[in-house]
Amino acid sequence: MNFLAKVFIYPVNSLILADLVERFGHKPLTMMNQIREKVTNISLDSPPINITPEDPKLGLRYAAVEVPAGVRGRMALIGPLIEETEAAIIVENPPTNFGCVGCNRTNELMKYLIRSKGVPVLEVKYPETDEEARDFVNRIAAFLESLPEEKSEENEKGEEKEPAEKEDEK
Amino acid sequence: MSAEESGIVKIALVSCGSEYSGVQPEFEAAAAKVNAKFVYPEIDIASIDTIGRDFGLEVASGDLRLMMARAKAVVEGTTHVDGVFITTCFRCAEGAIVRNEVRRYIHKHSEIPVISYSFTERTSAGTLLTRLEALTTIARRRHLLAREVQTGLTAGIDSGSTTTKAVVMRDNKIIGKGWVPTTKVLESAEEAYSQALKEAGVNREEIQALGTTGYGRFLIGNHFNAQLIQEEITVNSKGAVYLAGRQKGSATVIDIGGMDNKAISVEDGIPGMFTMGGICAGASGRFFEMISKRLGVDITELGALAVKGMQENVSMNSYCIVFGIQSLVNSLAKGATPEDVAAAACYSVVEQIYEQQLQEVDVKEPLILVGGSSLIEGVPKALGKLLKIDVLVPENSHLIGAVGAALLASGYVEE
Repeated sequence: MNFLAKVFIYPVNSLILADLVERFGHKPLTMMNQIREKVTNISLDSPPINITPEDPKLGLRYAAVEVPAGVRGRMALIGPLIEETEAAIIVENPPTNFGCVGCNRTNELMKYLIRSKGVPVLEVKYPETDEEARDFVNRIAAFLESLPEEKSEENEKGEEKEPAEKEDEK
Repeated sequence: MSAEESGIVKIALVSCGSEYSGVQPEFEAAAAKVNAKFVYPEIDIASIDTIGRDFGLEVASGDLRLMMARAKAVVEGTTHVDGVFITTCFRCAEGAIVRNEVRRYIHKHSEIPVISYSFTERTSAGTLLTRLEALTTIARRRHLLAREVQTGLTAGIDSGSTTTKAVVMRDNKIIGKGWVPTTKVLESAEEAYSQALKEAGVNREEIQALGTTGYGRFLIGNHFNAQLIQEEITVNSKGAVYLAGRQKGSATVIDIGGMDNKAISVEDGIPGMFTMGGICAGASGRFFEMISKRLGVDITELGALAVKGMQENVSMNSYCIVFGIQSLVNSLAKGATPEDVAAAACYSVVEQIYEQQLQEVDVKEPLILVGGSSLIEGVPKALGKLLKIDVLVPENSHLIGAVGAALLASGYVEE
């Protein structure tokens, strides 16, 4: 599949944001893709999941051991998405049904990691009026249009391998 | 259909996302072992945005607001459950505030038994088993727990981590007692039971019903073909209010055992909220054993020593059983008296119980202190001083488990 850029979205499970990103040819980095194989239970975070006891340990890559297990378990899923992020859209103050990660400490950490990554980030407030809603969509659209040229997943894999190949040549 | 009718106990899991912490399979395993299942109270997703104002506690985390909404669904009867298990991540301050207030809210507005717990990714099914067993007992065997009078000739054995206790009771009176250190679980139980039978002057075959409790309850219960095998939270609280003569109305039971301790809020002899320590041995009878050994006195002499001392003369730097004892040893080296050190040890234990456990239950008088450590005079003195209330230590306070088991087992005599 061809896409333009890998775009992290916040809330990370927002179907509306994911759809918007896809409409502009980009790849949304979403929680849904991360947990497809783990759906077994009910929770506010949609879709619901079960994490294995190993996941909070994987989360140590992003948060120290004194950080609660629930934050590290969530980061075990979200952290890898942040690592491959090329651009991000952060929607502030969204209502729960727009998308929600249940733990606000996780939200704070993931937004910090995104902001400090140095990739293009659009931060927009969730709209409360029709006029704000139009402006909201327009700003996201303009941001998505400004992102890099098209590339395919296969090309990208090739690009990732390049440095290693160059090393071999030396 | 109620839990007593169906056999399966429905427990509402009110958590901030235990499924993200790697502990959900452990929760499920513990529930399955006690024939319970977790249910998730239905809520309207839109209510998550307004529940903070409705509940009066506005927090940022969506899952914590979900906990409030689910608690409301339980209280209002939208979802019918037999018990509630409230749990949040260990070390999360926002989670701890919500967990505590949600627990209070359910307790205030319903009769549904509640337990709360803070988990780490290392929480195991074994850790939760006694707590969930107690929760399901309260839901499933309420009629049994309502028993206030022992009838017939029954016995109870409490196989604790440090000592094994046994009693024989006839017509609401203790007629035989046994108390031995726990070495090999079965052999110690045999010895304690034999002591109690001998003192009572009855044969084992004459006993009409036997109840077992404590860590070794399953092993000894199966060995002696006990009619009742029951965890120590419900049995001990029953034994405590029975021995204290406070079966009616409110009471708070603090049970300092050899390896862990329990704080139980009791209403008409039935536990409501309870907490069970067990992460650190610094607040257990084991700490007293070690400090007695270091002071060169028998543990039975430690209490008398403690009441003569001043805990203020000793600086305790840690609650840890290792570093705490190191502090006490350092104090001795600096010239503190054994009496002061014994008093400081007692104060350290009750301070930990106060800080770590009594915050999770509503302390209502009378405060009944039981378990082997209640016999160390310095302990009730230190607890009374800390809480500024009179502490009640009933006669035979170390036998509450065995007495509770014998009392509850008499329910099987009539059956």
